[in-house]
Amino acid sequence: MSELLKVPTMAECMAEGRQPEVLFWVGAAGSYDDRAKKITRAFVKILNKAKVDFAVLGTEESSTGDVAKRAGNEFLFQMQALSNIELLNAYQVKHIVTACPHSYNTLKNEYPELGGHYNVQHHTQFIADLIKNKRLTIEDNSNLKGKRITFHDPCYLGRANNEYEAPRTLLKNLGVELVEMKRNRRTALCCGAGGAQMFKEPEKGDKDINVLRTEDALETQASIIATGCPFCNTMMTDGVKAKEKEASVKIYDIAELIANAQNL
Amino acid sequence: MNYLFNLLFLAVLVIGIGYFAKNVKKLIRNIQLGQPINVSDNKSQRLKNMAIIALGQSKMVRRPIAGILHLVVYVGFIIINIEVLEIIIDGIFGTHRIGLTILPTAVYGFLIGTFEVLAVLVFVSVIIFWMRRNFIKLARFWKSEMTSWPKNDANYILYFEMVLMGLFLIMNATDVHFQNIHSGNVISQFIAPLFEGLSANTLHIIERSAWWLHITGILVFLNYLYFSKHLHILLAFPNTYYGKIAPKGQLNNVASVTNEVKLMLDPNVDPFASQPEGTQPDVPAKFGASDVQDLTWVQLLNAYSCTECGRCTSECPANLTGKKLSPRKIMMDTRDRLEEVGKNIDANKGTFKDDGKQLLGDYITPEELWACTTCNACVEACPISIDPLSIIIEMRRYLVMEQSAAPTELNSMMANIENNGAPWPYNQMDRLNWKDE
Repeated sequence: MSELLKVPTMAECMAEGRQPEVLFWVGAAGSYDDRAKKITRAFVKILNKAKVDFAVLGTEESSTGDVAKRAGNEFLFQMQALSNIELLNAYQVKHIVTACPHSYNTLKNEYPELGGHYNVQHHTQFIADLIKNKRLTIEDNSNLKGKRITFHDPCYLGRANNEYEAPRTLLKNLGVELVEMKRNRRTALCCGAGGAQMFKEPEKGDKDINVLRTEDALETQASIIATGCPFCNTMMTDGVKAKEKEASVKIYDIAELIANAQNL
Repeated sequence: MNYLFNLLFLAVLVIGIGYFAKNVKKLIRNIQLGQPINVSDNKSQRLKNMAIIALGQSKMVRRPIAGILHLVVYVGFIIINIEVLEIIIDGIFGTHRIGLTILPTAVYGFLIGTFEVLAVLVFVSVIIFWMRRNFIKLARFWKSEMTSWPKNDANYILYFEMVLMGLFLIMNATDVHFQNIHSGNVISQFIAPLFEGLSANTLHIIERSAWWLHITGILVFLNYLYFSKHLHILLAFPNTYYGKIAPKGQLNNVASVTNEVKLMLDPNVDPFASQPEGTQPDVPAKFGASDVQDLTWVQLLNAYSCTECGRCTSECPANLTGKKLSPRKIMMDTRDRLEEVGKNIDANKGTFKDDGKQLLGDYITPEELWACTTCNACVEACPISIDPLSIIIEMRRYLVMEQSAAPTELNSMMANIENNGAPWPYNQMDRLNWKDE
């Protein structure tokens, strides 16, 4: 993981007087969390492979405010939102892609009313478009061919925004054997991280949500749990550890699966 | 003497409908205690939602057993009620089965025959419902909020329906004239033998009794609605119409906060400027909700519409893992507190007198509110577009913005966002480090 990635920033683009086709919103998890950074790098490799003219905000990026809003701090959310919108509008951003469903939901649904109107896509939707438009081809030598994989729907991609198919289409493109958990799509169980739970201890109960969800996944006998959210990734990884299955079951983001399959 | 029964019937009808109307007025008054919300948008989408979700029961049948049984009771209820029209006309004008006079016998027979078949189907479905609740003991009917009144209420409704359907069939079975037509008595002809050997007079008394009990039973049931979760048979329609149109993930942006934040971020604003004379500061009395009056009227309508079916709670990840949160309880608490506030207003000549209680704390605890993952499973599961999540968020807003009462770890998370633009304490200047790692 030491090779240097080509990652232009919006500031550099502006200095060069050009407008990239899409802004990659990395998000706090994708920027700082060691596990999520691997997803970020995998997605950038795909973008570079498909010769997508993208840029990131880099050190100018700041929390979307999603987690503050869901914790009830509307002031902090709107402070973040309004300053982010000011920045995005100054860069004349039109198209945003993000690998975080929480950022995706907030940018897409909650920013417009505050003055931020962008075409926002989740990375699985963006990659599906790249394939559809023949800008990216998934070669048929995938090392994942026939592998038993289950997909955990992130709440903020699925129920929140009705996107259930883009991630599944990508998995099918990889030639994997996609197996569904008993609770999938609109009845998918949350991983337990949403609504600011990621940042606090759970309330008293008889089980942790991520363990219950991991049990759903283990029931499918899949060797890989695919996700499309850095928080789900952490929760499922912890859940698999709690069930002591980390040797036989791995958790990967769909971007990682594609990047690995293509030897990127 | 001739008009005694007509007058008695009219009196029963007027009292029955009048008392119901009085309670409906109270219901509307209580719902209007909520904050205004603009729901005048997307009219065609809203009509479509009402047609598909309420009228078409599209979300009910996602659980096929309960869904199909419910469909039978729902269709039966609507269609059998056409018969009430005849009963009312007969009652007022002293006629007997006016339908037979104005409709061809075959048509009348077809109608009553349909009602009889539906009555049996409803009866059977209601018995299955009763068994699911009391014998099979489905988990969602036995959660901690489903004791005492909510539990009894559910059974009373089922008994009501069994009795009403039974009376309808007995009324037909003991109607000698109707049985002799041999048209439409598809079910009641098999009940009639039970009354064999009774004198014509006795049969007539049984028939009249069943007739009177049936219509008064319907009126009592109508009035029972206001005191029961069964209100959903009416409120499901407006509730699905006014239900959320935006993507489920979209939470509302609090407009009063936007004004404040814009002022804070605007370098040209004089922070020490005094309020222009004669104007009110446009800051609301309260951020978020601690009591029912702080919620919108649509959220209050949601609370009255809830049928306590518990599909929300049975899909809630917090509840499934033993936490105290139950989305159904959020709705029941909201309704119970709203009823309490309404009674307080009635007792105090139209104004609310502070009773030292509120929704937050006295009904819903912070522990329940903080257990929510905002996953929208409850919203997705609700067969009639109730949104418990919006109430949870509104109450979290009160806890955080009015009381600074967030769990400690969340306070650190928020402080991090304020200081370095991320929920973790990392330097913003390190945001792009992943590129070279």
